[in-house]
Amino acid sequence: MTATETPTEAPPRPDADPQDVQLALYRQVVRLRRFEERAYRLFMEGLVKGTSHLSLGMEAIAAGFGEAMRDDDYTFCTYRGHAHTLARGTPMAGVMGELLGRASGVCGGKGGSMHLTSVEHGVMGSYAIIGAHLPIANGAAWSAQVRGSGQVAVCFFGDGTTNIGAFHEALNLAKVWELPVVFVCENNLYMEYTAIGDVTAVEHPAADRASAYGLESIIVDGNDPDAVYDVATTAIERARSGGGPSLIEAKTYRHGGHSRADPGDYRPPAEVEAWLERDPVPTYRTRLVDAGVDEAVLTEIEDLAQADVDAATEDAKAAPTPELQAAYRDVWADGGASWRN
Amino acid sequence: MAELITYREAVSRALAQEMRHDPSVYFIGEDVAAAGGVFKATKGLYEEFGPLRVRDTPISEEAILGAAMGAAMTGLRPVAEIMFSDFLATCWDLVAVEIPKARYMTDGQVSLPLVIRTANGGGLRFGAQHSQAVENWAMAIPGLKVVAPSNPKDVIGLLAAAIRDPDPVLFFEQKSLYPTKGEVPDGEIVDELGVASTLRQGSDVTIVALASMVPRAVEAADELDSMGISAEVIDLRSLVPLDTRTVIESVKRTSRMITVEENPRLCGWGAEIVSIVGEECFWHLDGPLTRVTTPHIPLPSEAALEDEFLPSVARIVEAAQKVVQA
Repeated sequence: MTATETPTEAPPRPDADPQDVQLALYRQVVRLRRFEERAYRLFMEGLVKGTSHLSLGMEAIAAGFGEAMRDDDYTFCTYRGHAHTLARGTPMAGVMGELLGRASGVCGGKGGSMHLTSVEHGVMGSYAIIGAHLPIANGAAWSAQVRGSGQVAVCFFGDGTTNIGAFHEALNLAKVWELPVVFVCENNLYMEYTAIGDVTAVEHPAADRASAYGLESIIVDGNDPDAVYDVATTAIERARSGGGPSLIEAKTYRHGGHSRADPGDYRPPAEVEAWLERDPVPTYRTRLVDAGVDEAVLTEIEDLAQADVDAATEDAKAAPTPELQAAYRDVWADGGASWRN
Repeated sequence: MAELITYREAVSRALAQEMRHDPSVYFIGEDVAAAGGVFKATKGLYEEFGPLRVRDTPISEEAILGAAMGAAMTGLRPVAEIMFSDFLATCWDLVAVEIPKARYMTDGQVSLPLVIRTANGGGLRFGAQHSQAVENWAMAIPGLKVVAPSNPKDVIGLLAAAIRDPDPVLFFEQKSLYPTKGEVPDGEIVDELGVASTLRQGSDVTIVALASMVPRAVEAADELDSMGISAEVIDLRSLVPLDTRTVIESVKRTSRMITVEENPRLCGWGAEIVSIVGEECFWHLDGPLTRVTTPHIPLPSEAALEDEFLPSVARIVEAAQKVVQA
């Protein structure tokens, strides 16, 4: 395990009581954990078709940023996007419905697990082509910049993305135009099935590239909700105040494999063991208890999260699949699919 | 009043018209600002609209189209230039996989009112990597509108229509046409996508053409006329939406059709037109549906070779004669 560090600059704390922030972060990580566990079970039961990419073990990153973002900020995420979509406040029922391919899903069943989107919650899409959404996040940031809206785009991606051209094109343009965008590399040490270190020229796939684009090298413990929240708050504030883009590398670990079909058994058992001990959910719970938070408060958060997941599951199971005609809707802005007269 | 201007001047006139009309129109690309574009098709825009609305980018096609896409989904109407249409291959993920699918996959949550302008086609001795006619690539992708004007007036009207359109439009400017001139009326011109023009009436054969092939088709029709063959010439103007009605109505009258396209042979847009007409006009036909295309080769650089292989007036005339005499 590589040592992690947080930026030296003290992050501006919001007006909220620090303990309220911590409880909100705990609520986030628990909800994301419970949701992903349920998603995994539903995949295994065959209720969800296709593929799935879970954030089990990586919840602290979505939680920390989700809490640090303003309601009208933009999230751009990848096919591993359930957590980021939920962390912005997208209702669980709509996300679960989408996973199950129901008309009640956030995309009416036409997107699926890899394309969760909820524009009303600032979730501007989950992109399934490596690197594609970094340039697109720039576009939203550019738009916010010229409109003077003060919005920030936050773009999440994996360590494997740092080796594709779009990553480099996007970082360069973001810096040249000083865009209000925060790039967040979720470095879970594996690009799909291959150790990132085996295929990358530098030790820290994102942070070591930062200087090439005039950016500060930032590494954060991606399993620590407080640390992520702090680094997120700093970077978002910088972007919002005209200070330009940031690139953050959050070190974390997948509890499972790359996708549904992958048991992840190419990973050394000792490595898996060590990271499971750093599971962001129980470790954060212990921190809060040690800080004097009443356990009953935490238990209530956990029970509520479980109840929400149960309700979302029932809602999705009860919802109809989309009508066949839906396949011909929304190719064009007129709502249809016609290409000829 | 009307004015004689070049196809090249029409591009900047259209952009200026739309940028004056709508403050949410922004224009980005490589060398487009102070330099006015490598084809000088965007001259004067930087001076009128300034560095925020007319902005140079690095040589980063994915970054250019990503910026356009993200901006379009958040309230702007961006126009992005990809200098040569050959370079679309370097950002094909954005063109084919991201932009055209966003509205559909999100169940209509996302709108992408954006235009990608690009210089397309051969005839300038640039060789195989800067001369491709690739409008058929774009036509193959559900979710993209595809426009290719043949004259200055259409450049203005169709580019304006593309910018005002709520969907993503790939706008192909045929680079061999940039110096050609045509009359354009004064004042604002806004046309409609998906409406073909019948440039010449005829009764023996319908010639369907696009962009640089349109003036050649018209010239061929003149020659055919002197041989006693009456050719109708249709300028498709856009491939998506496709005005099949105009083509079908024409073929029902003439009973014969040839398509003239700059694409290499396999899977050019003419094949799609032939397929539609074959299926829907079969009982009206008196001759084989025929395509005139570039052969299925990369385009050579040397002048005589390039001229030999792009569809010429002589080849169009020959094809029409053959169809009529069949």
